[in-house]
This record gives sequence, C-alpha cells and structure tokens, in this order.
Amino acid sequence: MRPKRKRLYVVLAALLCLGGATALVLAAFDDSLAFFYAPKDLVATPPGPDQAIRLGGLVAVDSVQREGHDVRFKITDHIESVEVAYSGILPDLFREGQGVVVEGKLAPGGLFEAHTVLAKHDENYMPPEVAEALKESGEWRPDDEGSQAQ
Amino acid sequence: MIPELGHYALVLALLVALVQTILPLYGAARGAGRLMAFADHAAFAQFLLLALAFAALMQSYLVSDFTVLNVVENSHSLKPLLYKLAGTWGNHEGSLLLWVLMLGLFGAGVALFGGNLPASLRARVLAIQALIAVGFLAFMLATSNPFLRVFPPPLDGRDLNPLLQDPGLAFHPPLLYLGYVGFSLVFSFAVAALLEGRIDPAWARWVRPWTLIAWTALTAGIALGARWAYYELGWGGWWFWDPVENVSFMPWLAGTALLHCVSVVEKREAFRAWTVLLAILVFSLSLLGTFIVRSGLLTSVHAFAVDPERGVFILALLFIAIGGSLLLFAWRAPALSDGGAFALVSRESGLLLNNLLLSAACGTVLFGTLYPLFLELIADEVVSVGPQFYAKTFVPLSIPLLILLGIGPFLPWKKADLSKVLPRLLLAAVASLAVAVLTAVLLGGGPVMAIVFMGLAAWLVLSSLSELAERLRLFRIPLSDSLARLAGLPRRQWGMTLAHAGLGIAIAGMTASTVWKDERIDTLQPGETIEIAGYALTLTGVERLTGPNYQAEQATLKITSDGSEIGELRPERRFYPVQRMPTTEAAIRITLLGDLYAVLGDTSANPRAGYLVRVYYEPLVAWIWVGTLIMVVGGILAISARQPQRAPAARRASPQPAE
Repeated sequence: MRPKRKRLYVVLAALLCLGGATALVLAAFDDSLAFFYAPKDLVATPPGPDQAIRLGGLVAVDSVQREGHDVRFKITDHIESVEVAYSGILPDLFREGQGVVVEGKLAPGGLFEAHTVLAKHDENYMPPEVAEALKESGEWRPDDEGSQAQ
Repeated sequence: MIPELGHYALVLALLVALVQTILPLYGAARGAGRLMAFADHAAFAQFLLLALAFAALMQSYLVSDFTVLNVVENSHSLKPLLYKLAGTWGNHEGSLLLWVLMLGLFGAGVALFGGNLPASLRARVLAIQALIAVGFLAFMLATSNPFLRVFPPPLDGRDLNPLLQDPGLAFHPPLLYLGYVGFSLVFSFAVAALLEGRIDPAWARWVRPWTLIAWTALTAGIALGARWAYYELGWGGWWFWDPVENVSFMPWLAGTALLHCVSVVEKREAFRAWTVLLAILVFSLSLLGTFIVRSGLLTSVHAFAVDPERGVFILALLFIAIGGSLLLFAWRAPALSDGGAFALVSRESGLLLNNLLLSAACGTVLFGTLYPLFLELIADEVVSVGPQFYAKTFVPLSIPLLILLGIGPFLPWKKADLSKVLPRLLLAAVASLAVAVLTAVLLGGGPVMAIVFMGLAAWLVLSSLSELAERLRLFRIPLSDSLARLAGLPRRQWGMTLAHAGLGIAIAGMTASTVWKDERIDTLQPGETIEIAGYALTLTGVERLTGPNYQAEQATLKITSDGSEIGELRPERRFYPVQRMPTTEAAIRITLLGDLYAVLGDTSANPRAGYLVRVYYEPLVAWIWVGTLIMVVGGILAISARQPQRAPAARRASPQPAE
C-alpha cells in the first residue's frame, strides 16, 4: 500500500474511534449524570422524576424510623428537610446528626427514594458537598478537632 | 536522631538527583564518556540514600516513635506488626517516599543491567529518571516531609483507618506504585530517545520488559484493590467506577496499548513516533493517578485549594512533566521516520486498531473522571458520573476490541490474508456463539449486553487456545511431537496466550457477578432462615468477641443445601475504639460457581426485633481473581523470557505472537 493511502486509512480509523467514543459519551450524558442538591435546593427547584440526584445534608435528629429493613429518615440543612426512604443495611457510620449523602430520585409526592446511602467515611470526614451546603446555609460548625475534610 | 538521618538522606538524594540530571545530559550532548558514566554511580548513590530514608521512616513506625507527626497521625502502639509496616506507605507523605524509592530502584536497575545500552542513551535515560526524582523530592521536602517532629509528643497515635487494616490492602499501594513508577522508566526511555533523535529495535527490546513489569504490577495491584473492595466494604461489589479506581485503570489501559505497539517497533520498526507519544501519555496518566488520589483534588476542587502550596506545586509538576515532554515530542518526533511498510490487513494494522480502541476507551474513562472537576471549577455545579456512564461508553467500545483480540494473534506481519485466517477461527467462533446462546437459554434470557459479553469471554479463551493449538500443530502431527512443541514454546508466547485467556476468564466473572447477582435482606431471630440461590442460611446465634484492637459481634449462619448442611458463615461487626469506627466484616463461602456472601447489619438500634442480615449470591466472581492471576502469571513469564538476539530481518519467516 502506498504511504499516502496508508496514512489516509489510519486517519480514518482514528476518526472513527474518536467519533464513536464521542457519540457514546454524548448519548450517555443525558441520564447518567447525578447532580448534587442540598435540601433547600431540592425544595426550591424540584427536578424531574427521572433525574438522578445526590442529596446531602445532616440526618435530622429523632427522624430515623425503622421497620424491618425499611428505613425512613429526614435529611436537613436546617433550612429545609427532605424525607428519605431506603431499604437495606445502612452504612456503618450512619448516625443521627451526622453528615450523609443519598443517591436516588425524588418521587412525585416529595419523598426521596434512595438506592444508595453514603455516610461519612470516618470520624473526621464529611462529604465535601455536605460541608459546602452547610456552609452556605450558615450551619457549618467545625468540631473541636478542626480537621474536617471539605 | 533517626528521623533526622532520614530527612538528611532525602536532602542529599535531592542534591544527587540534581547532579545526576545535569552532568550526564551535558556529557551526552558533548560526547564526554566520563560525564556520562557518572550517571551510573549517581543512580546507585541515589537509590541507597532513598533506601536509607525509607528505612528511617519504617523504623519510626516499628518502634512507634510518637515524636514523628506522620507516625502519630497514622499509627498506634497496639496495631499489629504488619500494619505498622504498611503504615509507612499508608499515608500521603510515606507513599510519596515509597514512590521515589521505587524511582531510585528502577534507575539503579538500568545502571546495573544497562551495560549493553549505548552509553549516551543510558546516560540520558538516567538523567531523565533523576529529573523526575528532583521534582518529587522537591515536592516532598517543601510540602510533605514525612519526618516532621511534633512537640510535645502525644501518648499514643491516632491509628490507621480500620478499613485499611487488611493484608490485601497493605500490598495494594506498593504494587500500584511499582506499576506507575515502572512507566516512569519507559517515559525516561522515550524522552531520551527524543533527545537522541533515533529509535531502533534495540530501544524497543529495552523498553518492552520494563513496560511488562509495570503492566504486570499494575494488573496485580488493581485486582488486589478490587478484591479488597469486594470483601471489605460489605456491598459485594468489586468495582465502582470511583475516580480513585479510574486513575489506576487509565494507565493500565494506555499501558496495555503501549505493550502492544512496542512490539511493532521491535519487530517491524513501525509506529515509532506513536510509541514514544504513548509512553509519554502513560506516564502522564500515572502522575495524574499518583497526585489525584492523595491531593484531595477528587473530593472537591475546593479541597484542593485548601492546601494551596501543595496544589500549586502539583499543578506545576504536572505541567512541566506533561507539557515539557509533549513539546519535546512535537519538536523532535518528525525525526523519527517510520519504517516497515505494511498492508491494510496485517498484524501491524491489527495492533494499530487495538491501540486506537484502547486509547478511545481510556479517553472515555478520563472524560468521566475529570468532567465533574471541570464543571465544578467552571460552573460551580456539583455532579457525579456514575457506573451507568461507563456502562454506556466504555463497555460498548470494548466489544470491537475484544473481537479483534481473538483475531490479532493469527495475523502475520506485513500482509495477512483474511480468507486464510478466518477459517482457522471458525471453530472458536461457533463455540463462543454456542456459549452465548446456552447462557441465554439456561438463564432464561437476561440483558443483551451480558449475553454478548459471556460470548466474548468464551471467544477470548477459545481463540487463544486455537492459536496455541495452531502453534503446536495439534492433531496434524503426532501428539508426542505436539507435546514436544509445547515444551519448547517460548515464554513470550505463553505470556500472550495466558494474558488473553486470563482476560476472557476474568470478563466472564465480571459479567456474571454484575448481572446475575442475587441479593436478600431480612431481620432474623436466632433459629430463623433466609434463602438465596438454592441455599438456606439459618441464624444459630450471635456472640461477642474481643480482638487485639477491636470488639466484635459475630453471627453464625448455618448453610444448608438440599437438606444437608454444607458449612457455616460468620459475619462480624467490629468496633475500633481508637478511631471510634465500626466496620463490617463480611463472611464469604467461595466456590468456582459462585460466592455466598453474608453481612451482619447494625443491630444496636432495635435488639429485640432481631438481627439484620444481608446475603448475596455472586455467580462466577472467583473467576475474576483466577483470570487476573493468570494474566499476572502470563506477564511474569513474558518478563522472564530471554531477550531475542536475532535481527528483525530474520524473523519474518513465521507469524510471530503479538502481546
């Protein structure tokens, strides 16, 4: 094969791969991006029922109700709170008054149906989005150790 | 005293690295042999100094020297010995020290074994290797000194995160780093080749084993990390497309591409410029991986700005390393003319397509990993890219790659005739199709993608075996002759066959355990039973235990299948008082067909209601570990292969293996 011809084929193959990858990325983007919401954002501008959401805040004190393995609790940023339903084993570090991020969708009635619950990874860690959201609502109180990740 | 010695050794290592960069480069440009030879001595000295520094830090951990801040933050006097040792590299500062230590080790390796390299190339490789060390050592000494003292010393340390106190994870970072740093040497070779202005098959013969070492270590490291996630995190998942995982996967993908195109340079002297570019990119991805994980960049771009000194330093290092080498590439690459013409259908074309597809797949992972960072930086919106994104981009892109993987090894160099190649693959293709259909029928359908991938897994294994049979001339010559050929098969050939077949086995495990995973959850009183996948698990009791640095609650689940008792599972919930952290210890019954996986939930909330138990059945998950192990064995065999001494012209007679 002549070098010029060869180069043409190589460029074509490269463009095809690049184009294919780009097309796949664009097609996947619509429904596989999860946006982060604080409770007040969720109440102010509720997203569509099919939108994947990450909701973060503090687990409201005295809000956790268990029935078998179904759990309901409220997530709050001390401005608004959102009720969350989850079925399964909660993470090791899930506690009332602690930072948490849930992933799922907002049902029409305003109930957040979570498929995943992420708690703080350790005592010093708060999900960065939660810290951010709490700062915005003026509820940011770093604990005594002062070593919370942000 | 000992930490100060370590600190001093680090400073000396930085000075040695500076000299090791400047003198040999100058010597190579001037053709001064003694200046070039200096690089060897400097490489040994640097390695010894770094080993001294590392030993000093490790000693501080061993004796729990709580006057050292790093030890205070990551260790505890009651911690088991293994984790005291592993604590040395289980943190930002210590892991950087391990990184440079390996950098020094690889440099010393070149100085020791590089006798047959041209003097100027060896000097330049060692100089570039030292330049990388300069960047890292300056970063460490300026922002991340592991030997900082603390006064007054606390009575005890803060302990290592209990999730990380695991033998698998103790060796996970060193293996990953061996991979990352192995690619640093390949990078040094690439930059040195650009400085030299020439690349020949000897260059490729040198680069290939180092690429293989890096690739094998990275494969093992990633598999170990996935296995740790599987048994330690208690969700039964082994890969989450988490950015931290992605940054180790990207160098693996690009490194796999590099491994394949290096052999084209070696055998056919084609793709030279592309190989050099790929070498630069692989190392850039490794650098990105090293820094992104520990810098806090991933948790949030804002966290990155919290420690501006580190952030700016990291950005500057990345900018100089990546920008500088790409600039050098743009300037010098035109000098690397491509030799070796080849036809449209040939081994070369196959490997080119392999490289394009791997690069595209790597690109989608890179995009998914970095996009949230950019969006947060530019639009201040926080998004996350989940597994779905990769299922729709990376997964479909890998289909043509895997199909090609079965065909590639059958293609001869220069020019191939598809009408001769394809019939030899007919048996494997038909059998793979049968596997896919059988999967669909036996399991009563299932997602199309899953069935496709079960077929592809079979295709990888069967086409690799066909290729092996071809090589042995199985059933065409007497069996004893075939066996003799088997014994005489080059290790490099074994490496390819095992790596390809291992990947197929692993893919079967990945697909089955993701798609056909079963999950049950229930609240059990002692004596009650939970059923899954034909097994019945009966809770017989829960007892309290005390471990060396934790307390635990342990449930006993009796497993019965078809009425007969076949074993027990004992999941635990542990509490580590020092870090005030509870953890879940899953209990797993491993079989080749599928794992039975049990987790004990949080019981403290309502003890009278019973114990929350979650069980998973994960079909074929063990195949992932078996498959990756086979790949690693293949890698090790290929590394240990004797380097071919023949000139490339002599190797055109028979189709050669592609790796």
